[in-house]
Amino acid sequence: MNVLLDHLDLFRDGFLGTLALTGASALISLVLGILIAGCRVSPVPPLRAFGTAWVTLLRNTPLTLLFLVAFFVVPQVLFPGINSFVLAICALGVYTSSFICEAIRSGIGTVALGQAEAARSIGMTFMQSLRIVVLPQATRAVLPPLSSLLIALTKNSAIAGGFNNVDLFNIQKTLSNDGFNILVIFFWITLAYLIITFAISGIFRLLERRLEVAR
Amino acid sequence: MSEVSVPQDAAGAQSTAEKLVVLEGVNKHFGALHVLQDIDLAIAPGEVVVVIGPSGSGKSTLCRTINRLETTDSGSITIDGRPLPQEGKELAKLRSDVGMVFQSFNLFAHKTVLENVVLGQTKVRKIPKAEAEKKAMALLDRVGVGSQSQKYPAQLSGGQQQRVAIARALAMDPKVMLFDEPTSALDPEMINEVLEVMQQLAREGMTMVVVTHEMGFARSAANRVVFMADGRIMEEATPDQFFSNPRSERAKDFLSKILHH
Repeated sequence: MNVLLDHLDLFRDGFLGTLALTGASALISLVLGILIAGCRVSPVPPLRAFGTAWVTLLRNTPLTLLFLVAFFVVPQVLFPGINSFVLAICALGVYTSSFICEAIRSGIGTVALGQAEAARSIGMTFMQSLRIVVLPQATRAVLPPLSSLLIALTKNSAIAGGFNNVDLFNIQKTLSNDGFNILVIFFWITLAYLIITFAISGIFRLLERRLEVAR
Repeated sequence: MSEVSVPQDAAGAQSTAEKLVVLEGVNKHFGALHVLQDIDLAIAPGEVVVVIGPSGSGKSTLCRTINRLETTDSGSITIDGRPLPQEGKELAKLRSDVGMVFQSFNLFAHKTVLENVVLGQTKVRKIPKAEAEKKAMALLDRVGVGSQSQKYPAQLSGGQQQRVAIARALAMDPKVMLFDEPTSALDPEMINEVLEVMQQLAREGMTMVVVTHEMGFARSAANRVVFMADGRIMEEATPDQFFSNPRSERAKDFLSKILHH
């Protein structure tokens, strides 16, 4: 019990670290996921090919491998001296974007084809029909898988803790190494993760209910 | 109603200039199926062309190729003297001048009736919202659903939804209106309210291409009936000629099946 109270500042830093990693990479993955989903359903073949390649490559690569590339190849080749938080959220964001893209694409599939045809028939461009007509209607179907993906992302962010980032996993390692009772540390770390993941599912349940009313 | 006699070579060189919609040698395949075979069709401004034929004859596909919701394999389609662009902004611009009414209405389900009619004006034509709403309300009143403007499409009957869809298309001030079986998904008692709106449009001089099974509408509103079967235009004639004295065997067969029951 004292482990928590004696190291409250450490736990707080870890909690905020995980929160920041999850939040920032969620943002990146959502933006990229929507863009790549747009590519995958676009009428332009090179864009479709790019989207497919992106998803195939990133979805099938182990996240740890992506981290290794991000931390040991990217700084060597592209950006020397880049900080480990940015590298971590890029690896997490890019990885998760491939899954989010597919969730959004399945959501687009639930919108009747006639909706897009009607949008095009009044002169909307492909981008307009996607943004104004199709994606808003796809959102509801996308929310449940999206919440699962963001919860998975929260837990995946622990890998960043092994790569020079301060987060819950990193704190757990530090305290374990200092010889404190592992079970107690695990208990508090797990609770901290649960706070974040429960918050995510709560927010999505709220969004789902909100969109239900709007129909 | 003007008598338009239509010989087979209606799309002749000198008359093409003043035609609004011209299809020349249009072909399309769905896999092995040759759905459109050497289609030549020219439509004059203000003309109402009704396309009829058995199901699977390619009449819906023909209608949808005119604003390129269906691509074609060969042949040319010109609207108001301009060939249909392949893709992108140019095509979008051209589509905004061609109104389309679908069998299944396809109103934007997440927008109110008013927003459905406003959206194209503000997003495509860049008209200020207040002005667009005023025009939308006038159009909704004209098709008789002004009182429903704040409802969502799912709250309306099929006939009301289709009239909103017509208003949505009219809001773009189209040069030509395409109707792809506009009454086929409607309950019988709602068909007339939609046909009346279309009759009124025809009287006001709108250029219309109407794919339909409503022979009454073809008789009363069409300048010309185009009969299709097996992906070909088998016969073109005025409604009087076509219904009283069809020339092709296919047309005789078709009419005998639908007129006596």
